[in-house]
Amino acid sequence: MSAATDPAVDPAAATARSTYREALREALREALRADERVFLMGEDVGRYGGCFAVSLGLLEEFGPERVRDTPLSESAFVGAGIGAALGGLRPIVEIMTVNFSLLALDQILNNAATLSHMSGGQLAVPLVIRMTTGAGRQLAAQHSHSLEGWYAHIPGLRVVAPATVADARGMLAPALASPDPVLVFEHAGLYATEGDAGGAAVGLDGAAVRRAGTDVSLVTYGGMLPTALAAAEHLAGEGTSAEVVDLRSLRPLDEDTVLASVRRTHRLVVVDEGWRSGSLAAEVAARVAEHAFYDLDAPPERVCSAEVPVPYAVHLERAALPAVDDVVAAARRTVG
Amino acid sequence: MTSVDPATRRARELVRAGLARVAPGPDLDALDDGDDFRDALELDSLDFLSFVEHLARSAEVRIDEDDYPRLRTVRDAAAFLVAAGVG
Amino acid sequence: MPSLGADMDAGTVVEWAVAPGDRVRRGDIVAAVETEKSVIDVECFEDGVVERLLVPVGTKVPVGAPLAVIATDRSGPTDAPSADQQAPAPHPRATPPVRQFAKRHGLDVADLPGSGHDGTVTRADVRAALEAPAPSPAPAPSPAPAPSSAPAPARLPITPYARRLAAERGTGAEALRPGPDGVVRARDVPDGPSASAPTPAREVVAPAEEPPPRATSDGMRAAIAARMNRSLREIPQYHVDAVIELGAALEGLRERNRRAAVTERIVPAALLLVAAARAARRVPALNGHWVDGAFAPSPTVDLGVVVSLREGGLLVPTIPAADELTLPEAMTALRDAVTRARAGRLRSSDAVDASITVTDLGETGGHAVHGRIFPPQVALVGFGAIVRRPWAEGDLLGVRPTVAATLTGDHRATDGVVGGRFLHVIDDVLHDPEEWS
Repeated sequence: MSAATDPAVDPAAATARSTYREALREALREALRADERVFLMGEDVGRYGGCFAVSLGLLEEFGPERVRDTPLSESAFVGAGIGAALGGLRPIVEIMTVNFSLLALDQILNNAATLSHMSGGQLAVPLVIRMTTGAGRQLAAQHSHSLEGWYAHIPGLRVVAPATVADARGMLAPALASPDPVLVFEHAGLYATEGDAGGAAVGLDGAAVRRAGTDVSLVTYGGMLPTALAAAEHLAGEGTSAEVVDLRSLRPLDEDTVLASVRRTHRLVVVDEGWRSGSLAAEVAARVAEHAFYDLDAPPERVCSAEVPVPYAVHLERAALPAVDDVVAAARRTVG
Repeated sequence: MTSVDPATRRARELVRAGLARVAPGPDLDALDDGDDFRDALELDSLDFLSFVEHLARSAEVRIDEDDYPRLRTVRDAAAFLVAAGVG
Repeated sequence: MPSLGADMDAGTVVEWAVAPGDRVRRGDIVAAVETEKSVIDVECFEDGVVERLLVPVGTKVPVGAPLAVIATDRSGPTDAPSADQQAPAPHPRATPPVRQFAKRHGLDVADLPGSGHDGTVTRADVRAALEAPAPSPAPAPSPAPAPSSAPAPARLPITPYARRLAAERGTGAEALRPGPDGVVRARDVPDGPSASAPTPAREVVAPAEEPPPRATSDGMRAAIAARMNRSLREIPQYHVDAVIELGAALEGLRERNRRAAVTERIVPAALLLVAAARAARRVPALNGHWVDGAFAPSPTVDLGVVVSLREGGLLVPTIPAADELTLPEAMTALRDAVTRARAGRLRSSDAVDASITVTDLGETGGHAVHGRIFPPQVALVGFGAIVRRPWAEGDLLGVRPTVAATLTGDHRATDGVVGGRFLHVIDDVLHDPEEWS
């Protein structure tokens, strides 16, 4: 049943191109093989292969003990995951979309994030929660939101947003190794993207400069990375050199990389699929204003989703989301 | 066709010009004066009404609905116009 | 790019009917757009002045992409001081009592700034104007501070980085000249290497070029094929038909047309269309769409009318709210829609999603048509040629003009009995001159 190519044992395949979805699956497969304490659970992860087909084939490969379908109760199975982590296992819990994770918010915020602190470090919750985030698939307002910023607000959690295939492949292992609960946000628009899977584990910490530039810093994360890169390409055609910074980790935020970029370019555009008010974009802009104020040669700009529940109609949905043109326009404003 | 009188020739031209307004093309070029042009040109009721409109205006005659049966072929229609004083 | 049909994802601008600077009104034709099926004239949604055309001729853009920027009367062109409400709008809004109130005090609402919704001049605005010492409107401030004309020098906006550079280089404030947007940036600080030299953004304004190409009949055939395949694949369809006697109805039309100028005459097709539209209103189960496994009734009867084209193929323009039209209005609507369809110049209002469709073979066609439903609609009404048939009335046999009316129904949404009822209502309407004359 096992796939013919296995990046864990086949070095030639380790650098092969793959999709974001396949990279996530390989990371799961590797984790399930490497440590028998690891198991995957969530709605439809087993027989159905995952709502976004990430865990397709894993039930057949690892059996129902390791790949468990759960009842439709986010609160119950996230709570069970916390219990399993406290008991010494290494659970990976999949929640179908970030909108549904709100049903488990009590477990995540009041239990997972707090127990280590409340027990004076006696209890660790080595839990990984994966969930899909973001819009763009006409799934309307109850399946399309980007609430990463809310989770990034909570001390006691680590929040990561793999935006590249290599990060999708490499972030799971360090997330499982973390003693703290880690939330992994997978943007639905990225599942089909292709890239170099790398193969080695990557760090959880630290932002990455995905494209170097000198005139303006486009700071983004997750599903907006392709948009920011496309905007940078367009700007290059106009003679504006844009640097693209992928935050990767949303909590903790890698302030240093962002500040260093802004100190080079003196201009900041934050691209965030979340709503502007109280957003991660607000946090990034505020930190730059706090720490790099005297380096700013233009007011910071934010390109965020329209402040409406994500619309269903395809053209309205597109209009509500940050587009390449919006990013280009914001960058142009900063260069004056 | 060479022996037709000037009034009939003019009436015939008016009829063909009216048809050209609603159904220009090879079908019209191939139309014989004795053919039922509503069938030959596949005119629907709106096309026919437009044709009547053009014809009434260009020939400056009143064409009532009761006259429609007399407008089946180019020849009949030309005769109708001549009878109505065109020429 | 408006959505010009349920299947449309993108369209190509093939002609601009307006240019920057033109004043447009809601409903004006501003551009022609080519879809897979045809070229459609796009009507404007706003009153205002065309500021910029964003999509050059020949460019394909997705549904929802902006085509042009129109400065509406309430926003003003963007290069004008838009935040300034002092600039009188061309059509000041005010309720009649407020106009009267202003007039009584010798004021014209056109001269007053409006603080109400959308710039409406309110009673309070008039009162404020009466209490103000000098009614002359202040000159519109230019967006960039002009030191020479300002009585009190405005604080020069300077970015934090430029301020720091100026301090580091010992540059005095008098040496700082703001850039084109009125802000002093790093590059405006003398004796320093400029941070970058961004080239100005290039705006592409498309000239109206060659006449629009017509959709090829290949594209149209493909679109028809796709729609009809989908219809056949997705919809379990049933057919019912009825022969309807038209003697009195056609006699009524003849009477009416006898008195009428050619341009006022009404063809039987218009009458059949009215009857179908009224029937759709009275049998709402057939008027709407099948969406996500359920029937969604339409609040209006938006009647699709199948128009066959002389060169082959067909188009289905929509006559919105067709059930509310009188017979002469329906005739006008039908004639206009057919004319535009045959000219290949449908408008965006013709491309409203229909809630039910009618196909009429006309006088020279077959005796009955059993058509296919246009998904996601749930019914299609067909009329054959008007034919004289033997007709029994009581115990007597006569010859009457008749039409075979058919109804194709979506069996998921309704059953044959509903289709039968629909045809019965058409019969009723056609026999009730009060309904349509």
